[in-house]
Amino acid sequence: MSGDSVDVLLRLVAVFAGFLVLPLVIGQTEHKVMAHMQGRLGPMYAGGFHGWAQLVADGVKFAQKEDVVPADADRRIFQLAPAVALLPYLLVLVAIPVGPGGQVGRALDAGVFFALAVMGVGVLGSLMAGWASANKFSLLGGLRTAAQLLAYELPMLLAAASVAMAAGTVSLPGIVDAFHWWWVPWQLTGAVVFFTAGLAELQRPPFDMPVADSEIIFGAYTEYTGLRFAMFLLSEYAGIVVLCALTTVLFLGGWHGPFAGGWVWTLLKTMVLAFVVIWLRVSYPRLREDQLQKLAWTVLIPLALAQIALTGVVKVVIR
Amino acid sequence: MTGTSTLAAQAHGFLSPTGVEVAFLLIGLVTLAAALLTVTTRQLVHAALWLVVALGGLAVEYLLLTAEFIAWVQVLIYVGSVVVLLLFGLMLTKAPIGRSPDADSGNRWPALVVAVAAAAALVWVVADAFRTTWIDLSGAVQGTTKVSGESLFRYWVLPFEALSVLLLAALVGAIVLSRMRRKKEGER
Repeated sequence: MSGDSVDVLLRLVAVFAGFLVLPLVIGQTEHKVMAHMQGRLGPMYAGGFHGWAQLVADGVKFAQKEDVVPADADRRIFQLAPAVALLPYLLVLVAIPVGPGGQVGRALDAGVFFALAVMGVGVLGSLMAGWASANKFSLLGGLRTAAQLLAYELPMLLAAASVAMAAGTVSLPGIVDAFHWWWVPWQLTGAVVFFTAGLAELQRPPFDMPVADSEIIFGAYTEYTGLRFAMFLLSEYAGIVVLCALTTVLFLGGWHGPFAGGWVWTLLKTMVLAFVVIWLRVSYPRLREDQLQKLAWTVLIPLALAQIALTGVVKVVIR
Repeated sequence: MTGTSTLAAQAHGFLSPTGVEVAFLLIGLVTLAAALLTVTTRQLVHAALWLVVALGGLAVEYLLLTAEFIAWVQVLIYVGSVVVLLLFGLMLTKAPIGRSPDADSGNRWPALVVAVAAAAALVWVVADAFRTTWIDLSGAVQGTTKVSGESLFRYWVLPFEALSVLLLAALVGAIVLSRMRRKKEGER
């Protein structure tokens, strides 16, 4: 029994360490990649070598700032919102398998549904922040967040359902176990739909209408300062980790690779996808709210349904 | 009949509950309290957020009953979509921060009667159906996706399909209603 609990504890510590380190790595990569794509250097001073400690310094700065709650705000909900936004991503990481043979925080029977359900809960944090700030820009940001989530949850679910159909299971390790290389072209449409919808759910550019700084300052996060603001930023990067890891596990074969590597493959694919997320931020203009809704309902959902039909047909043919 | 039920009760016992049973009861109480707060609070958005707690509590109860798939679907549909839709509606109507004293439809007593009747019917049906059924927590898990899927699509496929037709009818009805109003406005 004690051996079991030590095992559980070790797994949770490993997941927590990943949760603390990976978002920061992606944040620093974003600084540098954006800088180089825009023909500048990015942070160069903090820590000495190419400004590697910039995010640590940012963290120290955020911790020193005053934690302001607006006078008219709904205090408790305002203060609770950052935690509601951040914690779900930690929970999802627990269920994502990184390597073969049970290298996962906790193997769940219905892992796909768990991951998507809990990711959806994270958006409640933005909604709470948007309403409780007593600020019209925040409220607009919250509204846009909700509209976006409602539009993009469906294609994301349908794309994930297609993979679950292909693998014949809804458990994340089970899906990776069933993976073959030809799944990549077979499920390509689903993968693109899933990744795009995930970007929209995370409110990353080009789907960052809810935080469009030129229109509504910073959307639901406008009134936040100090550590609470940092938690919202951290939740965005943790969301990138979760989305990229999920796409890797569902569509890119997780730890499978041309030669043996185990969890290194998962990490490598996740990081490449995270680079794509950053790349899109630098290169694509922001969509307008109506364009965004139109894309979801007239492009992504039909594509996802077509993918499900294709999956079903192939599944019946090869049986 | 009474003989077997007494036997089953004796085999498990009502007086020395296991840890899972205690947790089930406590979370049930939390869920009930959150549900009561949902309908009694005077702050509209707080009501929606208490609803999140109540629905989340229900999901945990499903988990304790080993129905993992149902639990995650509960979170996905109700917490992730229905409550988001509710909050969207509240934000569109600019729900104020603080109390809304006029947030009372005057239907308090009819609502209470309907709620109590629905609760009584549900409790009676569930208690009657599962009178002496105990979930064996040490054996094979009985609520896995595989088991749920098999019983749903093998034995309950007709009600399942009938429900989806009902939902489709509701969807078509909603579209028709919203288009009728637009046509009337166009005539003006």
